[in-house]
Amino acid sequence: MNVKVNGKDQAFDKEALFVKEVLTICEVSQPDMVSVQLNGEFLQKEDYDGTSIKDGDEIDFLYFMGGGILY
Amino acid sequence: MKIKKEISDKIIAHAKQLAPIEACGYLASQDGIVCKHYELINIDNSEEHFSFDPKEQFNTVKDARTNGLDVSAVYHSHPATPARPSQEDIRLAYDPNISYVIVSLADGKEDVKSFKIVDGKVDPEEVEIVA
Repeated sequence: MNVKVNGKDQAFDKEALFVKEVLTICEVSQPDMVSVQLNGEFLQKEDYDGTSIKDGDEIDFLYFMGGGILY
Repeated sequence: MKIKKEISDKIIAHAKQLAPIEACGYLASQDGIVCKHYELINIDNSEEHFSFDPKEQFNTVKDARTNGLDVSAVYHSHPATPARPSQEDIRLAYDPNISYVIVSLADGKEDVKSFKIVDGKVDPEEVEIVA
């Protein structure tokens, strides 16, 4: 199965994959701290486990970005 | 990190424009040199905190991608504190692949520093200003 991950073509040796599996393969250690778009649509975090991706899909993920001045 | 002087100047100007609110954005590079900055909205609108809006974040990254650029760093300002990551910055630094740039305006001096932050470990990066 070929999927575009963060704009880059990536081949997976599986017929089916869940979004959370893709994040694991991409070494995302804290999936709760990334936002995911599947084919341009945001996914809810609780759906990462149960949403499957198919050949030709585009998945994008970005880490939460924030900070503060607390020392 | 190599950064064009005009971009360094622009992120300092962004920090000054929003002070005392924290400014934030992305830096994009081509051939290893930061050549574009994207000013993003600080949805916290705070003097002590910043957060990106995920929708704007995705739109920005996709724009950079479309233009053949790599989003290589995130920047934010410390209007009144030094250019080093706070405990909160370190706690919230989840992306191991990106550089974290801080623009300080503390004591009326402009300072731009960059760091890699992985698993709570902070490593300063040399910032080289290029023409």
